[in-house]
Amino acid sequence: MIPVLEVAELQTHFFTFGGTRVVKAVDRVSFSLHEGETLGLVGESGSGKTTTCLSIVGLLPRAARIVGGSVVFEGEDLTRKSQRELRRIRGRRIAVILQDPMASLNPLFTIGRQVAEPAFFHQRLRGRSLRERVQQLLRAVRIPSPERRMGDYPHEMSGGMRQRIVGAIALAGGPRVVIADEPTTNLDVTIQAQYLDLLKDIQRATGVALIFVTHNLGIVAKMCDRVAVMYAGQIIEQAPVRELFDHPGHPYTRALLGSVPKLGSKEPLYSIAGQPPNLANLPAGCPFHPRCPEAVPRCKTEEPRDVRLGIASIARCWLVDDDVTRS
Amino acid sequence: MMTSPVLEVRGLKKHFPARHGLLGRGDAWVKAVDGVDFAIDAGETLGLIGESGCGKTTTSRLILLQETPTAGAIAFAGRDIAGLEGRELMTYRRAVQVVFQDPFSSLSPRMRVHDIIGEPLEIHTDLSRAAIRERVDEVLELVGLQPDVAPLFPHEFSGGQRQRIAIARALATDTRLIVLDEPVSALDVSVRAQIINQLEHLQRTLGVSYLFIGHDLATVAHISHRIAVMYLGKIVESADSDTLCARPMHPYTRALFAAALPSHPDDPPRERPIAGEVPSALSVPSGCRFHPRCPSAMPICSEVEPVLRPRDDNGQVACHLYP
Amino acid sequence: MASIAAQTTVAPGRTGSRLRAVVKGAREAPLVAIVILGGLILVAVFADLIAPHDPTLPVKGTNIFDPPFWMEGGNATTPLGTDFLGRDILSRLIYGARVSLIVGLMGTLVAGSIGTALGIVSGYVGGWVDQIIMRVTDAWLALPAIVFAIFLAAMVGPSMWNIVVILGAVYWTRYARVIRGEVLTLREREFVKLAEIAGASRWRVIKRHILPNVMNTATVLASLTVGVVIIAEASLSFLGVGVPPPEPAWGLMLSEARPTLMAGQWWLTVFPGACILLIVLATQLFGDWLRVRLDPQLRNL
Repeated sequence: MIPVLEVAELQTHFFTFGGTRVVKAVDRVSFSLHEGETLGLVGESGSGKTTTCLSIVGLLPRAARIVGGSVVFEGEDLTRKSQRELRRIRGRRIAVILQDPMASLNPLFTIGRQVAEPAFFHQRLRGRSLRERVQQLLRAVRIPSPERRMGDYPHEMSGGMRQRIVGAIALAGGPRVVIADEPTTNLDVTIQAQYLDLLKDIQRATGVALIFVTHNLGIVAKMCDRVAVMYAGQIIEQAPVRELFDHPGHPYTRALLGSVPKLGSKEPLYSIAGQPPNLANLPAGCPFHPRCPEAVPRCKTEEPRDVRLGIASIARCWLVDDDVTRS
Repeated sequence: MMTSPVLEVRGLKKHFPARHGLLGRGDAWVKAVDGVDFAIDAGETLGLIGESGCGKTTTSRLILLQETPTAGAIAFAGRDIAGLEGRELMTYRRAVQVVFQDPFSSLSPRMRVHDIIGEPLEIHTDLSRAAIRERVDEVLELVGLQPDVAPLFPHEFSGGQRQRIAIARALATDTRLIVLDEPVSALDVSVRAQIINQLEHLQRTLGVSYLFIGHDLATVAHISHRIAVMYLGKIVESADSDTLCARPMHPYTRALFAAALPSHPDDPPRERPIAGEVPSALSVPSGCRFHPRCPSAMPICSEVEPVLRPRDDNGQVACHLYP
Repeated sequence: MASIAAQTTVAPGRTGSRLRAVVKGAREAPLVAIVILGGLILVAVFADLIAPHDPTLPVKGTNIFDPPFWMEGGNATTPLGTDFLGRDILSRLIYGARVSLIVGLMGTLVAGSIGTALGIVSGYVGGWVDQIIMRVTDAWLALPAIVFAIFLAAMVGPSMWNIVVILGAVYWTRYARVIRGEVLTLREREFVKLAEIAGASRWRVIKRHILPNVMNTATVLASLTVGVVIIAEASLSFLGVGVPPPEPAWGLMLSEARPTLMAGQWWLTVFPGACILLIVLATQLFGDWLRVRLDPQLRNL
């Protein structure tokens, strides 16, 4: 099956201080996304997950540039497109949902108008058919009494509802790919559960491909088919979700899994020493080695390469490399 | 052996007058906390869990004397703290400290770490500067930091380290109770375990008590000995952490568990999450506050408010399903 | 395998003392402003050594209204010319720097101290204290500054230190407002609440938590107000109620030269005017740079 989105060796760098300091925010990232699939992009602050998403849709800040690699969507490389061309794709074929719904919603316009906007521009709907489309979308995201709520303003709605409105806007253009960047971080637990179930149902119904950016492994366990774990701008492990949870290849993944409290268990948590790396000041060799309990001398000097662990699993680690070469 | 609990709360209420955009006379109240009872023993952690609007933040503010209760009593080591002044107030403040959620705004940006940590000592004791420095170094080591970081400023530390500094500050005096308000929610995932482990270690070593406020069930259950579940200003269920996780009884508690994220993709699917959202504290539903969203609601639930009754173990639950 | 991770090293970072931040930014410093200001300060401090003549006495061997040395009739001993009494312009300019700097800096200091103190008290204590202080500030602001200064000067009699106090009393209001606003935000910050919860007295909170965090704003405000105060002093001198003669002040020199403005003795007005321009420009540039340097938002870029 041809992937809907294929990212290959993507590199995005930040140039600051007049070009004297280069930060490799995204460092040779590759993954592919198929129709109806959910890919989890897991990482902490500074891992590069958000920058990767911004790179895909061309919304990088001024200081950042894609310096290498490709993002192939529907047969075309998005990194080679102009902002004008990207504008036709953004919102329509690839939609983005952000963490803070208030950042995506205009406080001055009714939600009806905002949900209508993509359909108005991209699908050129007008009048009655536009209104019906808006109501259909609001129903799809389970907003009760959509006819009434169309006239409401964002501040009149709760956080959970706002996030659903954002979802409706995202879906309005009929996208093939939705990138959701930590959409539930600010939501209450029960609201989060409703929202995640909603996303899953919509995905089943429309076959949209989803990239879910999160730092929460629980969300990954619930939502994702495949997972890419990012650290210091690189994907250090990529695998189907069960593989990742059952046989994590990379020490960082193992450490992460061990450090999350499990409901009902009082087992001591595995704590990872140190803190997430400063991208401006990365150590030589493997970026994780200062915190890695299993580091060997080679990790300090040479950057590990991608090693195939299975049909669909890859990890970037010398220990894994050595195991695989030996066997 | 009966020693009085470190902190005991009885019938605590806090109602705020609501004044915005009301027709007629403003007679509405936001019942942020509406009758809460609990006790924390020495060396124990009580977890307070609930979603937005449940009143856990207001409860912590009441305990920290940032607000005065509308009704009810808070007792510290057996003594009512209402109306405490002067010396006795200082004794309370010395013994009860807080660690906030955001490590980036809870440390004074223009003070060096040793001044930040030493401040409670300066306020409450007559110790000489040298003695204070010594204690600061002691406490820094307790939280896993090297004493040579003392002259630095907060912005030179990472989030996790700053929380350690905040914890160190909370321990500087002979603290008996620390209110931890979502202390790890703003930290990176890989750092949370460090802080949680550190807190547990400190409790074992020093015998300090914690009131741990959180929204993540797994974290709260892990660190707490007992858990109290709050909804719209009341405690709906409380029990030992293990028994609550094994047998949640109140429908809202069950909803929280249902909404909790799995720890493995193959975890059995839980119950469907409940619908709806937390209603505004301005218009609290009649009878049981949870009844509009409750999958097991009965006619009596909309009429009579349930009271907390003992569960068959050490806990309590307020629900008509368990009369 | 649970390990309590001890942080053994903290990456060597920039220590945050304000002075160090300022010094570290030296490579981006506004060189022009610093040179001008530094020069003027030196000149003012060493006036006695630098000035070729006594500024209050006519110079022997020259005429009144001598032009600068590069013009016909000029004299190297009075390089910038002489005034209507035959006094050396250059020497008067040099001593005048003293007046401008002292009055400018001290006046700003007085205004800043009063304004910051009131702003802090108003913002932190709140309640009716806040109301009273703010109403007073409003009323004060309604008074036109220069007119008010003239009024006060007329009442207490002109002398350099009187002027300093007067200018301080006139210009404190802008500090009070801005600082109060900042304190209102600060007081809700968590570290302030932490101090309050720990039992810190109000005075302690102000001294250790509020004041250090408004110093940035106060400093920047000060550096931007110096220019205003200097111009105010010059205006007062120009109007004859500033520093009294024969003490040289640039504004006074302008005033004395007014009759000659159209008569062709341009050096009597241009040089003092240029000096005022330079010092205000320099303080503004410096203040602007300082603001960027000390703004914590921009600091870590």
